[in-house]
Order: sequence, then structure tokens, then C-alpha cells
Amino acid sequence: MSTKLKILVPVKRVIDFAIKPRINKAGTGVEKKGVKFSINPFCDIALEESLKLREANKGLVEKIHAVSIGPTKAQDILRTALAKGADTTTLVDVGEEEVEPLNVAKILQKVVEKEQSNLVILGKQSIDDDANQTGQILAGLLNWPQATNASKVEVSGDEVSVTREVDGGADTLKAKLPMIVTTDLRLNEPRYASLPNIMKAKKKPLEKLKASDLGVEIASRLETLKVEEPPARAPGVKVENVDELVAKLRDAKAI
Amino acid sequence: MLRSIAARRLFSSTLARKDTLAFIEVANGKVLAASLSAISAAKAIGKPILGIVLGPEGEKGAESAAKIDGLAKLLVAKDAKYDHYLAEEVAPLLKELVSKNSYTHFVTPASAVGKSFLPRLGALLDVQPVSDITKVVSEDTFVRPIYAGNALATVKSKDNVVLASVRASAFPQAELSGSASIEDVSEAVESGNRTEFVGEDLVKSERPELGSASRVVSGGRGLKNKETFDSIMNPLAEKLNAAIGASRAAVDAGYCDNSLQVGQTGKIVAPELYVAVGVSGAIQHLAGMKDSKTVVAINKDPEAPIFNVADIGLVGDLNEAVPELVSKL
Repeated sequence: MSTKLKILVPVKRVIDFAIKPRINKAGTGVEKKGVKFSINPFCDIALEESLKLREANKGLVEKIHAVSIGPTKAQDILRTALAKGADTTTLVDVGEEEVEPLNVAKILQKVVEKEQSNLVILGKQSIDDDANQTGQILAGLLNWPQATNASKVEVSGDEVSVTREVDGGADTLKAKLPMIVTTDLRLNEPRYASLPNIMKAKKKPLEKLKASDLGVEIASRLETLKVEEPPARAPGVKVENVDELVAKLRDAKAI
Repeated sequence: MLRSIAARRLFSSTLARKDTLAFIEVANGKVLAASLSAISAAKAIGKPILGIVLGPEGEKGAESAAKIDGLAKLLVAKDAKYDHYLAEEVAPLLKELVSKNSYTHFVTPASAVGKSFLPRLGALLDVQPVSDITKVVSEDTFVRPIYAGNALATVKSKDNVVLASVRASAFPQAELSGSASIEDVSEAVESGNRTEFVGEDLVKSERPELGSASRVVSGGRGLKNKETFDSIMNPLAEKLNAAIGASRAAVDAGYCDNSLQVGQTGKIVAPELYVAVGVSGAIQHLAGMKDSKTVVAINKDPEAPIFNVADIGLVGDLNEAVPELVSKL
């Protein structure tokens, strides 16, 4: 007997991966004004994986629900998710405040309950805070099995088998649903949303909530005292040929 | 009045002096170099340090783990269920130990294993973990890189226990000159785990381990294919006794195994010498290597961003330059 999948895909709006972030003048964070934002690449992969599961297994996936916790503008990436194939979405509007993984996971736990999700696929980390925590915290809160850094996900009946990227190679875990999976870059190649689908997405459901609607209070546990530039490297030299390169290496006592 | 202040001071200082529990990862009966770095971070926190090793693998490595300088004691949880470090088993045990003994700090290397179970432990303890710390400012304040290492955030934890993963390349490795006493963990914890370990496929290599190697040679898209990657990079690595790394482009194109990827989403390295061959130097790659002491770049594109971080740059064809370099080293 197979269980139908109700997949939840949390997606985060982050500064586009190709942009080099600048520290703000106050030294309290990164400048966000006039900067291009996109869906976090790992979240995009998580969404793609849920779409692939639906396409590869007829009748397996009942629903794909995307959720974002962020500012009002995060609805843009939810529209993108809808255009790519998500069925329904929720925006938990928390304003401009950066919400820590623990709080994000607590909100997600409520959304999981609300949507009765049995598989949550998340990116392994967001490329802004680089925490690599939310999926694991959510798994801990729910006491569900977790498989991080997935490079392959297979569902058979109510069992999920996940091949993971680990130090030194790969390993494979399996567990029965419900389960949490976080995605590695190598899991898949996300698709682009087509123009007709972008138009159609405008009519798809986008529910808007506040954290308080879900009964979650957001209080940060970590206080950011300052944000600064990493020390700059001293300018290097260009050499003309291999002999000079070897000589420089010897000077630097690198060989 | 004076006496009450003094008494309170005494009281608060005894309260404050609690221990740090440090997870020591063991693989193939050997303590991971990253664990030795995590101990150095624990030393910087300044509390007595208790190490813990887990499972049959940990038991095999216990003797060497007990030699790590700075350890007050080594705990060993022998149960076979801790083999493979499943987060579903590891986190409940650590939760039990941390809450029962009210440790004030828990540290783990920011390895794949540490990253997998630490946040789960955070959920069980209702604590927000601090990922990938690169500096200990004080016992509750840490520096960690964000935005692929393009910014350094100093964060202060308000939680009653600090859970931190440690970026190995940012701390020296503790010596193996101590002799801590070994004690078995008696707690039996029921985890309710439903996850099963099926198998693993680890890459065998005679080269030094990438994360802790003092020299790394790294290949990128410029190597064109797997054959060229092997024929160019292997002799160079051999000559320098270096580990081999790669950019994401090289990994995605199948030139080498995924586990060799250096960058924001792969390994973070900071060797004495990093030689980037045919690597353009995208932000995500630089995040994984820009703290290397000496960076050498060999690339035919003089505009490649890798030259902005390279100490020594050679603009040229890697197919000629690298073999020549190998012959002249």
C-alpha cells in the first residue's frame, strides 16, 4: 500500500547567488536596498525534486505546497514556485527581520500540521546565513527521520531511500514516511518557469499569514553584534613563466 | 554588604564554571583532524573539556582520542546504534547528557556528521545552534562567516547552553600528548529512531585528506575532461604530496568525485599552499579556499576572478604550464 505524498517545500528569498554582498555602513548587516533577490538555489532544487517525484510516479504526489517565511516581497518567489508547478503556497509574513533557523523550524512545524504534510523537502542551507540547520531542527521538533545533503531520492511505497553527500563519498539511508529531506546541489537541475505558467500562477492560491496566526513567537536567541568585511588579501603578483612561479614559491617557502 | 557581594561573586563563579562537551568524530579507528581543531576551539572557550566518542567506531578510536591534549575526561558510548552517527540516535543521547550534567557548551566539528546532528540536538534542547564558528571571542560570543564568507558576523548567544559547530580550517589541531581517563557512558536512551543505514560508497585515495591537507591542488572547468583532469592533476598532487580538490564545474562535469568539491557547499580548506588550475574563481569557490596561506592560480584567462585572490598568478595554458611545473619542482 502506498501512501500519497503531501510534500511541503519551504523556500527562502535571498540575495541572488551571483551578487557579491556589501556590508552596510552601520556594520550591522548586508546592504539589501536595490539588490537583486532570488529563490535560494537549494530551495529551487528542493522544489524541482518534488515536481520530479510527481512526474516520475503517477498518482504518488497528492499535493505540493510551497511556503516562505520572510518579507512581503517573498511572495515573488512563491509565485515562481507556483509557476514551476507547486499547487498551493503560504507566505508567513515576518517583515524585514531575519528569522533564525530555530524559529523558522517552529513556524514550519505548524505549517506541516496545517497542511498535513508527510514529506518535507528543504534546501540544505540558505546561501545568506549559511547555517545548514532548518531541516534538521524541524526533523528534531517533529521527531521525524532526516536525510541531509540528498543527491538521490527514491520513494517506494511508504519508504523513502536517500543517497547523501557525506565527507569522503556518499551513503544511503532509508526510512518510512513521514520524513525530512534536505537537498544537495547535485540532486537535480531546476527547470525554468515558462511564460504561460507564470501567467497561470497568478491565479493559483497564495495564502498570507503572520507568525502570530500560527501561534509562534519570534524571539532571537543569537544577537548579531556586528557584521564586517573579511580581511582583504594582500595583492598578488603575476609571473611570466613557470621558472618565475617556482622561484616565487621558494621565496614564499611554500615548497 | 561587602561580604554579600563577595559571597555572590564566589557563588556566581562556581555556577559559571561548567564543562564543555566536545564530540570527537572517529573514522577508521582514527580521530578526525577536524575533531582536533574543534578541541582547540573548545579550549578557547575556557571551560574544562569532556570529550565523547560514539559507537564501535568511537570505541576503536578511544585510546587515541584520550590522548588529545586538553581533555579532562573521555566519555565512550559503545552502543552499536551510534555507528554511522545517525542524527536520530546521536541527538537524543547528547540531549540526555547535556541536560543531565548541565554542560554550558557543546562543540562538534562542522563536518557532514556534525552538521547533520547538531541542529537536531538544538531542537531537542530548544537552543539555536551556532554554525561553523571561526573564532571564539568569549564564552558566549563567536565569529562566523555568512554570505559565502563575504561577511563575518559576530554573534552572541543568549541560550543557556551554547551549541557550536567549528570550522576546522580556522583553528589549529590540538596535540595528541594528553592522557585523559576513559569512562563509559551508562545512559541508555530510547530514541524512537526509524531511520536505517543502508550502505556507503566512500572514495578511496592515497592522497592526504582534503579537509586537513597542508597542500591542495584544485582543478576546474579548464581541465576539459576526466582524462585531462587525472593526467594533469595527479602528477602535480603527487609531486607536492597534496590533496586533490575541484571546483563545482569540474565535479558537475564528472571530472572527479563530488566529495572533492571545494567551496561554500563543499569542503572548506585553508592549507599552506593552494594551487588552482583552470579554476575561474566564482564567489562560491572562493568561499572554500580564500583563507589558504599561499594561493597560486594557473589560468589562461587574465581576467579570471581567481587572480584577485592569488598570491602568485600565471596566465597560460595549463596543459603546458602544469607538466612543466611538475618537472621543475
